[in-house]
Amino acid sequence: MRPAVIPTDEFMTSGHLACQGCGATQAMRYALKGLGPKTALVIPACCWSVIDGPYPHSAVKLPIFHTAFETGAVTAAGLKAGLEMRGDTETVVLAWAGDGGTFDIGIQSLSGAAERNDDIIYCCYDNEAYMNTGIQRSSATPPGAWTTTTPVSNYKKRPKKNMIDIMAAHAIPYIATASVAYPQDIVEKFRKARGIKGTRFIQILAPCPTGWKLAPELSVASARQAVTSRVFPILEITENGRRLSVWKDFEPTPFRDYIAMQGRFRHLKDDEIAGLEAENEATWQRLLAKEKMLANLPGLES
Amino acid sequence: MKKVIMGNHAISYGVRAAEVKVISAYPITPQTQVVELLSEMCASGEIDAKFIKVESEHSAMAAVVGASAAGSRAFTATSSQGLLLMHEMLHWAVGARLPIVLANINRAVGPPWSIWTDQNDSLSQRDVGWLQIYCESNQETQDTVVQAFKIAETVMLPVMLVFDAFFLSHTFEIVDIIEKEKVREFLPPYEAKIRIESGTSHSFGNLAGPDSYMEFRYMIQKAMEESREVIQRVDKDFEKHFGRSYGLIQPYRCDDAEVILVTSGTVASTARAVIDEMRDEGVKIGSLKVRVLRPFPFEEIFEVLSRAKKVAVIDRNISFGHHGIFFQEIKSALYGRTDVPIAGYITGLGGRDVTPAVIREIADKAMHDKSPERNINWIGVKL
Repeated sequence: MRPAVIPTDEFMTSGHLACQGCGATQAMRYALKGLGPKTALVIPACCWSVIDGPYPHSAVKLPIFHTAFETGAVTAAGLKAGLEMRGDTETVVLAWAGDGGTFDIGIQSLSGAAERNDDIIYCCYDNEAYMNTGIQRSSATPPGAWTTTTPVSNYKKRPKKNMIDIMAAHAIPYIATASVAYPQDIVEKFRKARGIKGTRFIQILAPCPTGWKLAPELSVASARQAVTSRVFPILEITENGRRLSVWKDFEPTPFRDYIAMQGRFRHLKDDEIAGLEAENEATWQRLLAKEKMLANLPGLES
Repeated sequence: MKKVIMGNHAISYGVRAAEVKVISAYPITPQTQVVELLSEMCASGEIDAKFIKVESEHSAMAAVVGASAAGSRAFTATSSQGLLLMHEMLHWAVGARLPIVLANINRAVGPPWSIWTDQNDSLSQRDVGWLQIYCESNQETQDTVVQAFKIAETVMLPVMLVFDAFFLSHTFEIVDIIEKEKVREFLPPYEAKIRIESGTSHSFGNLAGPDSYMEFRYMIQKAMEESREVIQRVDKDFEKHFGRSYGLIQPYRCDDAEVILVTSGTVASTARAVIDEMRDEGVKIGSLKVRVLRPFPFEEIFEVLSRAKKVAVIDRNISFGHHGIFFQEIKSALYGRTDVPIAGYITGLGGRDVTPAVIREIADKAMHDKSPERNINWIGVKL
């Protein structure tokens, strides 16, 4: 992870409607610093539909088109086409969606846009459940987690959907993950994405203190531990899916510490945590194996 | 230049003439030739537009919503299930006040599967806030595409033009193709008053509380009401340029008519032939084609029908548990203002032919039944 200077420009203002410690606001703030002023946003239904503020206010100093839940990617693609037909080829269009709008209801139109390689940046700020509607499980909810639709007596057992693999299968030019604990990395990745044409997909882990049952002041700490416990790897996939680079230059921390911080895992017994920990390690090893395998195969240039 | 073309291609030529900038569509029978020809026109450079070939109709409408929000003229075409899948985004186009034009080829809704015509697809979108214009000939569909953009961009509401599957979509007729050079004067390039652009910070469609939402709805209704006059103005202007006009409604031999058949779509043409036949027999009968359903032309319809002794409304659709939908609408134009007897006739669902004999049967029933079931008369249903 290369250090980057964080621009002093601010495109987010105070007065937004997010909860204390909201990861989604931090993600937006740094993403926009990376993209700069020539940016237009498309926001499907998600926390940010509210965070932006009520009419006639907006907490973002850039144009925003709010759209329906399942249409983030394709509305952005249409907007980009509309701008280009007016002669504006410079403005970058950013679709900004939650995990529900990305992993679940919006996956069809996202897949369509990625298959066409529409010229948009799609960012999923991932808080691992339907937080705006009051903490219901999504396919991004991790195994073991409580939500209001996965009560502790029947908590989520299935793994989190691997959205990165799904996007990589579309052979798009740029895929990355980021965490709000590493703002310089967010700025750097959005800056990089801005310079690439085609569909670019960035997934940012954005803790939700309300939904994770986490003290607001621990939001950033949990976003960091998600990375260092290898629950949420920081990676980049380039060359249309031919290259994978996983960030490993960190001091690993115990999986259990990450779990212990959050009330949504409080019901888990020792053996259940051990099972999740083993699965987490196996998933990490598979990721590293994949990185190695791809490194030994021809890239886009060769 | 006059050409013999299918109804679907008439739409494509209308889109070419209107110099649309973004097209997005998903294939569905019987709409496919509209977008096939548009794809060729885009590929050859005949149209300078981007064509976004999406994975569903829902996305097609979302794509043109995005394009229109950027200030580009945008078009899509669909039918039946496709229109129903778009439903949510049809609302979005209205709320966002985007002047999109959509061509819907009237096709019956499944199950059971049917690819043939009836009007329940478009009529189930009656209340979303799109203007709805029902066309009758290939010439009218082409011309209405061009008119529709002018109307839409004046009142900032989307326009749906509607025509019958196969009876029009796949039927070849002579069409006077209008060329974009001639259209430019009638329909200048679209300049949005407000749009998504760099250097601004407007937030479109963000949260509106109970203290502001209702006013947005009021403004949509105001625009709809204003569009009644705009449609007629645009139609007159179109006539000046191209020598053809269509009106909100089209009365036929209604001046001294004692019985008036109310029609829409291709049934209107068949009905006129029957009217002529019956007039030759000395029957004082006429027909009234409803071309524009939204905004609803209350006054114009009242003016024509209030002079009749009997009114029969032919519906190629049904609102289950109520009546034919045009019948409901027509009654609302007459309510409390006249006691002219009015009866509704349901026929032609799922593409069943509405032949001159069927229309004759309806006319005879309307004239001679002492007590027709006022509300719902099924014609040609096999019981």
